[in-house]
Amino acid sequence: MAQTVAQPTATTPVVPAKLPLSAIAPWAVFFGILMLVLLYFVGAEQGATSVFSGTDVHEWVHDARHLLGFPCH
Amino acid sequence: MNSATVRNLLVRGMLAGLAAGVLALVVAYLLGEPNVDKAIGFEDAHAHEHEMEVVSRSLQSTAGLATGVLVYGVSFGGIAALAYCFALGRVGRFGPRATALLLSGCALLAVYVVPFLKYPANPPSVGDPDTIGKRTTLYFLMMLLSVLLAVAATLLGKRLRPRLGTWWATVLAVAAFGVAVGLAYQFLPAVNEVPKDFPATLLWRFRLSALAIQVVLWGGFGLLFGELAERQLNPKPAKAAAAGRTVPAAR
Repeated sequence: MAQTVAQPTATTPVVPAKLPLSAIAPWAVFFGILMLVLLYFVGAEQGATSVFSGTDVHEWVHDARHLLGFPCH
Repeated sequence: MNSATVRNLLVRGMLAGLAAGVLALVVAYLLGEPNVDKAIGFEDAHAHEHEMEVVSRSLQSTAGLATGVLVYGVSFGGIAALAYCFALGRVGRFGPRATALLLSGCALLAVYVVPFLKYPANPPSVGDPDTIGKRTTLYFLMMLLSVLLAVAATLLGKRLRPRLGTWWATVLAVAAFGVAVGLAYQFLPAVNEVPKDFPATLLWRFRLSALAIQVVLWGGFGLLFGELAERQLNPKPAKAAAAGRTVPAAR
């Protein structure tokens, strides 16, 4: 209905081409892990487990951890 | 060529995540922080021993909060962009923008709302420090389970579609997701560590503000990333229109 040929310049919904998994995989592995490590430092470091000793990381992101829903002390 | 598309989408996802993080930060600061302060006030009034402040409250509620929320936004923006690369053209007849909004809506549900309904966000002074290990494990387990179940439900829907048609395949997949999540809720241990005289309204408001932060983050991300992805993947109309206007000035 909305996809009339009369308006080719309008934003007609075109189903985009699939991206092959082989093109996604290297990015997904490297950046996926990197992002998960960042999330770990925001969400859990110096709570249940610690990579660095002390409480500096925990105290710095304390409010964010509470408001983003992560368990915090 | 395809690898470059993935890279461009990833960069746009992280940028959209950063921008959505800024929006979420505004909500966190205006709606969330007053509740955090009140909860800390309750904690101080009831604490037996006073802890030494490592980072001052004024830093925690501004720079600290910003660090956390923005890193969270960029990280989930990147992960969502990678998931988007998989989803593009594989989840039905949706264009780049609609796919982005659909994906971020599902991400809000799977990453946040489903775990939140079982293990909701808690303000300071709610939660026993001795059980932090158990609570962290349960929360991340619930998050992982919810995301895996959402992926499984999507695959199930795709499998059922040729036999049942799009409508009933979707209904059945969503119902299966609901039943599986309900079973997880039933069998995972409950956590209830709210102090006896902690104000119920404060707890409710804190949790509502936590939910609002996520709705703004994922809603903002879906709209922003969708627009960026649309412009990257379907550049023709925009480019033609822009070229007509900008070429004389640019050259």
